[in-house]
Amino acid sequence: MTTTHRRRVSRPLSAALALSVAAVIAAGCGSSGSSNGGGTTQGSGTAGQSVPTANLPVLKKIGKGEGQLNLIAWAGYLQPGWVRPFEQQTGCMIHATYPNTSDEFVTLMKNGGGGQWDMASSSGDADLRIIYAGDAHPVNINLIPSWKQFFPAFKSPPFNTVNGVHYGVSLQWGPNVLMYSKKVFKTPPTSWSVIYSKKYAGKISVYDGPIYIADAALYLKAHDPSLGITDPYELTQRQFQATVNLLKAQHPLVKQYWSSAPAQISAFANGDVTVGTSWPYQVSTLTAQHFPIGAVIPKEGATGWADTWMLAARAPHPNCAYMWLRYISTPKVQAEQAVSYGETPDNMLACGYMNQIAKGSCDQYHANAPTAYFKSIALWKTPVATCDNGKPDCVPYVNWVAAWNTQIK
Amino acid sequence: MGVTTSAGAATAAPARPAPDGPWSRISAVLWRRPWARATLLLTPPLAWFVLIYIASLAVLLITAFWTINPFTTNIMRTWNVSNFTTILGTAAYRTIILRTVGMAAGVTVVDAIIAVPFAYYMARIARPRTRTVLFVCVLLPLWASYLAKVFAWLLIFTHDGVLNWALGKMGIGPLNLIYSNTAVFIVFCYIWLPYMVIPVYAALERIPASQIEASQDLGGRTLRTVRSVILPLALPGIVAGSIFTFSLTLGDYITPILIGGGNSTLIGNVIDSNVVYNLPLAAAMATVPIAIMACYLLAARALGASREI
Repeated sequence: MTTTHRRRVSRPLSAALALSVAAVIAAGCGSSGSSNGGGTTQGSGTAGQSVPTANLPVLKKIGKGEGQLNLIAWAGYLQPGWVRPFEQQTGCMIHATYPNTSDEFVTLMKNGGGGQWDMASSSGDADLRIIYAGDAHPVNINLIPSWKQFFPAFKSPPFNTVNGVHYGVSLQWGPNVLMYSKKVFKTPPTSWSVIYSKKYAGKISVYDGPIYIADAALYLKAHDPSLGITDPYELTQRQFQATVNLLKAQHPLVKQYWSSAPAQISAFANGDVTVGTSWPYQVSTLTAQHFPIGAVIPKEGATGWADTWMLAARAPHPNCAYMWLRYISTPKVQAEQAVSYGETPDNMLACGYMNQIAKGSCDQYHANAPTAYFKSIALWKTPVATCDNGKPDCVPYVNWVAAWNTQIK
Repeated sequence: MGVTTSAGAATAAPARPAPDGPWSRISAVLWRRPWARATLLLTPPLAWFVLIYIASLAVLLITAFWTINPFTTNIMRTWNVSNFTTILGTAAYRTIILRTVGMAAGVTVVDAIIAVPFAYYMARIARPRTRTVLFVCVLLPLWASYLAKVFAWLLIFTHDGVLNWALGKMGIGPLNLIYSNTAVFIVFCYIWLPYMVIPVYAALERIPASQIEASQDLGGRTLRTVRSVILPLALPGIVAGSIFTFSLTLGDYITPILIGGGNSTLIGNVIDSNVVYNLPLAAAMATVPIAIMACYLLAARALGASREI
């Protein structure tokens, strides 16, 4: 028994061994050029690319709901407060998954949502990747009446609308804030410098993702003018290396690289960290737990996101998806989500409803959108090799990922 | 159902012509041809093993030789070995591989040092009732969810946690263990300990008392008996347990995230962070622990561990 058992197990084992040894040997002998972190480093702008799904027919009229709706959403975007009424009104029961990074959104939307997912509330840095990969479906914007009430900047923004074709409907936008424990900071910090300062070594919590490099670039934009950074997502090799060096120096000071919101909430609540980059969701959750937490947008400005409900190319429940798009765009629901999460709605009429929910919240979250505030937020976008001036001098996102995984962390 | 009963009937009366009915005829055919019986029995598990397990490993290995479009991250099926040259050529990845192997080896050694005396006590000294209690103590944590155990350690290690509270009561300053490699190491040692205790116990229990007595009769003192009789006979059990502790540590990525706070990067974390962005690189990285484990298993087999698992 023992021998036969062993023989049967060991044969696939040695096969696996042979394969993997062969793989490693092949790798060792390989001479093809490589880049840190894998992948090729060729130019990867959108110029010359076309959207594979651009000519798919859009829905003409919203039909009967399918009873189900499968959503990919940021944590905090599907609270019972506005999901329950939708389910009751439409009969579309919502099932959701909550990724932690934009890259995970892109992966989940692969193969048009895989025939499983209907929509994703992805951010500007993921949207174009989803669109050009052929994973988003054109949206008939005429079926979304509230869209007409959107701020002009979010009606057809370049991150979800290509050549006049909409692939989703803008949702909300907001900043990545500097969050701090009021137990340690008696007065709010005014600069991002606190998270690069030895004074708070071992008490700092920052976002675990390559896009966080832009936060450091934004800091250097203000503090090292000789680098000449204008856009934190468009960095030349010299600017990029300076930013990476700043983050390398920050590494020994960092206590936690958080990759999920609950992990950061527990680290703050337990006193393991006292300051760091965060989302308004963590601020409102900790506030609800009566933890003395504060958050500011420091004087250097902040990075931020502009989210869109993107329609998957192979969405299995299109009618329910359109019902959701209609519902989530209305001023009242926009206001509910904005106040609950702590972000800025795209619907101009949400302001009044926000003040009904929480007095002064319209001003607090800039829902009347003064242009100065909009300009102080550098919205997430995918870094591409082609800079805005058309020159191929910028460092593409693949190198951001490589630097993040092999140099900074 | 029908097969069993009629097979029984066929066994009872092999000389008689098979009774009528399709089931009886099938069972008669199977009884006469043992190879057909074996094929029928083995096909479903083998098919599962080959299709689900080996095939998915093969697909993984094939993916490792592809690349991605850096913008859309779609997989491009062009054959090359750049993922492997990247892994072997990048200092950070080499450090991570060494750190992971070191962590796995360290956890294995510490678990073995704890498990051998414990298992010896359980197998040869404890009375039956104590032994049952100890067995429950070893096995009970296995009933709890992995995540529950990791979160329990999070609550122990955090700044305002149980450990610092207890140390504070004793007047010793707070320890800053959470989100460090040390914390990850301790949690690994705890979580995988039962997988070491059980095979070592099985090996120790099987040592005949006569051999230990013979050693003593021949003048062997305690240390000599342990060194020359008990340890050599327990070694296959230790090696079998080490396969578990080593491979489980090698592949884990959740403890480094939750207890290591993203500071303690192991092979599993590189795979995890690349699965969403660069699947081919993740696949290439996944071959590293496979290769390490394959070497480890071959070495373990030479030491006779396969009798214990």
